[in-house]
Amino acid sequence: MKKLKIIMLAGVAGALMATAANASSDSMMKMRGMDGQLNIIYWQAASILNPYLSGGTKDTHAASMILEPLAKYDENGAMVASLAAEIPTIENGGVSSDLTSITWKLKKGVVWSDGSPFTAADVVFSGEYCMDPTGGCNSLANFNDVKSIEAVDDLTVKITFKVAKPFPYGPFVGATVPIIQREQFKDCMGAKAPTCTAQNFGPIGTGPFVVTEFKSNDVVVYAANDKYREEGKPAFATAIIKGGGEAAAAARSVLETGEFDYAWNLQVEPEILAQMAAAGKGTIVTSFGTSVERLMVQSTNVDPALGDKRGTVEGGPHPFLTDPAVREALSFAIDRQILVDAGYGKAGQVTCNVLPAPAIYASTANDSCKKQDVARANKVLDDAGWVRGSDGIRAKDGVRLSILYQTSTNGVRQGTQALSKHMWKAIGVETELRNISASVFFGGDQSSPDTFQKFFADIEMYTNNFDGTDPERYMGSWACNEIPKPSNQWIGNNMPRYCNAEYDALVAEMGKTASLEKRAALAMKMNDMLMQARVMIPLIHRGDVSAHANTLKGVRMNSWDSQLWNVADWTRAK
Amino acid sequence: MLNYTIRRLLFAIPTLLVISFIIFIILDLAPNDPTGNLPLTIPAEVRAQIRESLGLGQPFHIRYLKWLEQFFVNEPLNIFEQWFDVKIGDSANRLRVTSWMSRSPVVDLIVERMPQTLWVVGLSYVVGIIIALPIGVLSAYKQYSWFDQIGTFVSMVGFSVPTFFTGLLLIVIFSVQLGWLPSIYDTTLNVTDWSSFWMQIRQLIMPVMVLALFNAAQLSRFMRASMLDNLNQDYVRTARAKGMSEKVVILVHVLRNSLIPVVTVIALGVPQIFGGAIITEQIFRVNGLGQLLIIGIENADIPLVQTLTFIFAILIVLFNLIADIVYGMLDPRIRYD
Amino acid sequence: MTNSSITEIVSEPLHEHRSLWSDVWRQFRTHTGALVGMAVFAFIVFVVVFGPYIHDLDPQFLDIRNKNLSPSLAHPMGTDNLGRDMLAQVMAGGQVSMLVGVTAMLLSLILGALIGVIAGFFKILDGVLMRLTDLFLALPLLPLLLVIIMLFRDSLRSAFGPETGIFFLIVFVIGITSWMQTARIVRGEVLALKEQEFIIAAHSIGTRRHRIITRHILPNVLSPIMVSATLGIANAIITESALSFLGLGFPSDFPTWGRLLFDGKDFMQLTPSRVIWPGLAISLTVLSVNYIGDGLRDALDPRIRGR
Repeated sequence: MKKLKIIMLAGVAGALMATAANASSDSMMKMRGMDGQLNIIYWQAASILNPYLSGGTKDTHAASMILEPLAKYDENGAMVASLAAEIPTIENGGVSSDLTSITWKLKKGVVWSDGSPFTAADVVFSGEYCMDPTGGCNSLANFNDVKSIEAVDDLTVKITFKVAKPFPYGPFVGATVPIIQREQFKDCMGAKAPTCTAQNFGPIGTGPFVVTEFKSNDVVVYAANDKYREEGKPAFATAIIKGGGEAAAAARSVLETGEFDYAWNLQVEPEILAQMAAAGKGTIVTSFGTSVERLMVQSTNVDPALGDKRGTVEGGPHPFLTDPAVREALSFAIDRQILVDAGYGKAGQVTCNVLPAPAIYASTANDSCKKQDVARANKVLDDAGWVRGSDGIRAKDGVRLSILYQTSTNGVRQGTQALSKHMWKAIGVETELRNISASVFFGGDQSSPDTFQKFFADIEMYTNNFDGTDPERYMGSWACNEIPKPSNQWIGNNMPRYCNAEYDALVAEMGKTASLEKRAALAMKMNDMLMQARVMIPLIHRGDVSAHANTLKGVRMNSWDSQLWNVADWTRAK
Repeated sequence: MLNYTIRRLLFAIPTLLVISFIIFIILDLAPNDPTGNLPLTIPAEVRAQIRESLGLGQPFHIRYLKWLEQFFVNEPLNIFEQWFDVKIGDSANRLRVTSWMSRSPVVDLIVERMPQTLWVVGLSYVVGIIIALPIGVLSAYKQYSWFDQIGTFVSMVGFSVPTFFTGLLLIVIFSVQLGWLPSIYDTTLNVTDWSSFWMQIRQLIMPVMVLALFNAAQLSRFMRASMLDNLNQDYVRTARAKGMSEKVVILVHVLRNSLIPVVTVIALGVPQIFGGAIITEQIFRVNGLGQLLIIGIENADIPLVQTLTFIFAILIVLFNLIADIVYGMLDPRIRYD
Repeated sequence: MTNSSITEIVSEPLHEHRSLWSDVWRQFRTHTGALVGMAVFAFIVFVVVFGPYIHDLDPQFLDIRNKNLSPSLAHPMGTDNLGRDMLAQVMAGGQVSMLVGVTAMLLSLILGALIGVIAGFFKILDGVLMRLTDLFLALPLLPLLLVIIMLFRDSLRSAFGPETGIFFLIVFVIGITSWMQTARIVRGEVLALKEQEFIIAAHSIGTRRHRIITRHILPNVLSPIMVSATLGIANAIITESALSFLGLGFPSDFPTWGRLLFDGKDFMQLTPSRVIWPGLAISLTVLSVNYIGDGLRDALDPRIRGR
C-alpha cells in the first residue's frame, strides 16, 4: 500500500516530492514546500477559478487557495483578517456610527504572486468588476446597497452604502468575494468577462498557492506561492484538486485506498462511511453552519385544473394543508432522529428551528418537536375531524389527506422521503413521492412545472442556508413580497406563500436595528413565529462532512467559508 | 460507388443542419437551467442577471443563428489561424463557441479531453473487437460446444451487469483489497519514459477492461449469430464440396459474408467512442468527453452540449456512410446506383 | 399462366400456416438450451408473480430497527439500509423490470425491424429513413428525456395514475431511443438479401411485395433481430434504472431490479446480498431470453427446420 502511494504521488509530482517528503521531520521548523504534494478530491470538479463568474461551491473552494478576500470566517464563524490589517468595527472607528460606511485598512507589504504590490486599487477594481451589470457576477448580492468603493490611499479602502448597513461585511468578506488583480483583469470588465479564459483559468492571487495547470471540470494543479507573505507556509510544495465521480467514491479514495489526502462533501449513508473509516487510513470531520433540511408546506391550491392560477394566492387556499392541525400532525409524526441516523449520521442534528445557528440566534421555544409523538399527531387529527377511511387514510368532507412530496434527486433525500412516507402512513396520511433532477428543481426555468419556486406539490424538501453569519436577508425570505408568482417570474424565496403583516413588520425593524443583541432577539422572534405557524417543518440541522488522511494535520473544518480556508497551515505528519 | 459517395456527402449537409436545429430546440425546451446548481444563497435577481449575461434573454432564432455562425465560421477560421499562424480579419473579437460553465471555448475543452477519451474508450473498443470477433467465429463454428456455452454465458453476464457495478467491483477488489491498481485516473500524467508508461498502463487496465467486456459481449453475439446464418448456406456446402480447405471456407467465404451485420455494429459504435463512456468515466474519474457531456447537461450548458452532440452527429452520419461503403465492398451484390 | 400453380402453393392460406407453427415448435423442442432457457424464464416469471403471495412482506415497509441485516429465515435476502425486506423488493422489482424490459424491447424491435426492412427493400424510402435513424442516433438522450417528461408526465399521471403513467412513459422513451441499431442492421441484411436469387425468383413469379417481405425477407433476418431482442431486454432494464437514478423514472420508493442494484452498489462490502440477487436476476433473465432466442432462430430458419 505504502509503495503504491509513493509511486502514485511520484507520478504526479515527480522526483521532487519523494525526496522532499523523506527529508521532512517533525522536530524541525516547517519550511515552505517541505511536505511534498497535497492531494485533494472534490467529486464535483472545478469549472473555472474566478469565483465572480461561478458561484459553485467547488469553484469557490478551488479558487480560495489562490485568491484571498479582505477577511475570512474561521470555523466558529468569527471574522479573521486576511488581506486586511484588522476587522473594522464601530469601536475601532472602521465602521461609521451612522452605519453607512466601512473603512478597511490593508496589510502592509503584501505582493501578488507575480511580485507586484497589492494595493487599494485592486480592491476598488474587484468591486467595480463585480458590480458591472453586464458581467453576470455571481457575488453581486454581497454588494447590495453599495454606493461607492474608493481608495483613500494605497492601503485604505472606504466603502459607502446607500442606506444604513447594520452588517456592513458583505463586500470582500468570505471566499465568494476575493480580491482579483487589477492589472490582470482590467480588460475583462462586463461583457468581456467570459472571453478572458486565460485570466479566469489562472488568476494571479495573494494566497498560498498558484495555479500551474488547470483542466476545466477535471483537475487543478497548484504550486506553492513563493511570494506568500507568511514565512515557511504553505508546507506543501504542490497540490492538486481532482474532480469527478461521486461522493462515495471520493470517500473511498481517502479512507480506504489512501490515494488522496482530503475529500469534500461526503453525503453518503453513515454506515458506509463508518465501514470505510474502519480501514484506519483517514478521519471523518464535520462542522455545522446554518443549513437546515426542511419541508416547505404549500398553502395555496396546486390543482392542475387551475391553469395559470395554480400555486398562486389567487388560486385559493390549499384544500387541507391550511388546517393547522394537519401541519402539526405532520410535524409530530416524524421521528427526526431516525432520519438523522439513516441518512446523515454525524453530519446531522435534529432541529425544530429554521434558524439553528449561530448560537446567539438559536431559539429553544420549539424543541417539543424533537421527539416523535404519534399519539399526539393522531389526536390532533381526530379532534380536527379527520377520520380514517376503510383504506386507513384520513378524510374530511370528501378531502383525503393525500400528499405529493417532491425533492431533488439525491440518494439520502430519497431515503428521507421513504421514511417520512412510512411515518405519515401511521397517522393516516397517504404520500406520493417524486424526485426531480437538481438542475431542474433548483433551476428556475420559466417553462418547467418542476421548479422549487413553482412548488406544484403539497410538500417539498430541500436545504437552505445563508452566507456568513448574518441572518437578516435570510429571515426576510418569508415576507409577503417574496412570494413567487407569475407576475414576478416566480422569483422569490417564500415558497410556502406565507404572508403575515406582523412578520413583515419584524423584517422591516431588523433592517433598522444595529445592536447585535436586539437583532438576535428579533431573528429569534421571527423564527418562532414561522415555526409556530408551521410555515415550514424543519427536520435536520445539516453539517458539512469531509474526510482527511490521518497523516494530514491542520484541517479546521469550516462551514462559514471555504473548507480550504486555512490550507496554508496544513502539514503532513510523519 | 464514387457517385453514390458524393451524393451522400452532399445530402449530409442539409441532414446535419436539420439535426443541429432539432438538437437546439430540444436543448432550449429542456427545463434545466444554467443557474440550477449554484448555491441557494445566490438570490434570484442575481441569477436573472447571470442568465442575461449568458445571452439567454435573446430570442431563440437569434441564439441559433449565432451558434451556427460561431461553429461554422468562427471556429474553422480560428483553427485555420492556429495551423497556419496567420490572421484573418478581426480575430481577437471574433466570438467562439463558449461554454457557460467554464467560460472558455468549447473546442479547447474538447481537445483537452481527447487524449484520455481515446486512451480509455478508444482502446477498450479496439480490445473489445479483438476479443469479440474470434470468440464469435469460434463459438459459431463449434456451436453448443463447451467453448460456445461459456462464451455465451460470459458475454451475456458481461452485457447484462451494468458497468456501474462491474467498475465498482473491480475497484473494491484491485484497489481497496489488493492495492494493486489506482482507482483514480490521472489526466495530468505525461508518458515520457518506461515508468510513466507503466503508470499509464496500470491506470488504464480497469476502465479499459470494464468497457471492453461490455463491448465484446455485444459484438461477439452479433458475430456468432451472423456466422451461424452463413454456415448453413448453400455456398458453404458448395465450397466444401469443391474441396476447399476448411480454413479457406471459414475465413474467406463465411467470415466475409458474416461481417456485413457486424460491420454495421462496429461502425455505429465508433461515434460512441467520441461520445465517451459516461458511467465508466465517472467511476474511474477519467473525465473524458462523456463526463464533459454529462456535466454540461446537468448544468444546462447549451453551447457545450449543442457543440458536443453536433460533432457526435457528424461522426454518426460519416460512419453510417462508411458502413454503407464497406457493405458494398464486402458484398458485391449490393448496388447503390 | 404456368406460374399460378406455384403461387398457389406458396400462398396456400390456413392449412399450411398451422403446420408451419407446429414445425417450428417441433424444432424448438429439440433445442435443449432453448428449453432450459424457457424453463428458467418461466420460473422467474412464476416467482415474481406468485412469490409475493407466499413471502407476503410489503416491499415498501420500513423497519428501521432491522436495517442492513444479513440473510435470515425471516428475510431470506436480508434487508436494506432502511430495513426493507430485500426478497420482497426483488420480487416486486422483478414484476416492473420484466414488464418494462419485455415491452420496451418489443417496441424497439418492431420499430427497428419495420424501419430496417422498409429502408432496405424500398429504395425510395431508404435515404429518408436512414437520415431519420441518424437523427435519432444523434439526439442527446438526457435533455430529450427531460423534455418528454416535462411535456407528458402530468397528463399521463392524471390519466393513468403515477405508476402506470410513468410505466407508459418509460416504455415509450426506451422504445423510441433504442431501435436505431436494429434498423441499421436489418437494413444491411435486407440490402444483401434482396439481390439473392430466391428473392429475384419470387419477384419474377409475381409474388406480392408484402408477401416477399413476410415469407422470404423476415425469416432470413431473424438472427440479428433475435440478438437485438436479447440485448434489448438487458438494455431496457438497465436504462430504466438509469432513468430512476436521474429522477426521471418511477417514484423513488418503487423498486426495480436496476434500481436495487444501483442503490445497493455502495453497500457491496457491507451487505453483499443487496447486489448479488438483483444482479443475478437481471443476468438470468437476459441469459434465458438469449437461449430462447437461439432456439427460436433455429426453429424459424427454413434451412435448419426439417433437417
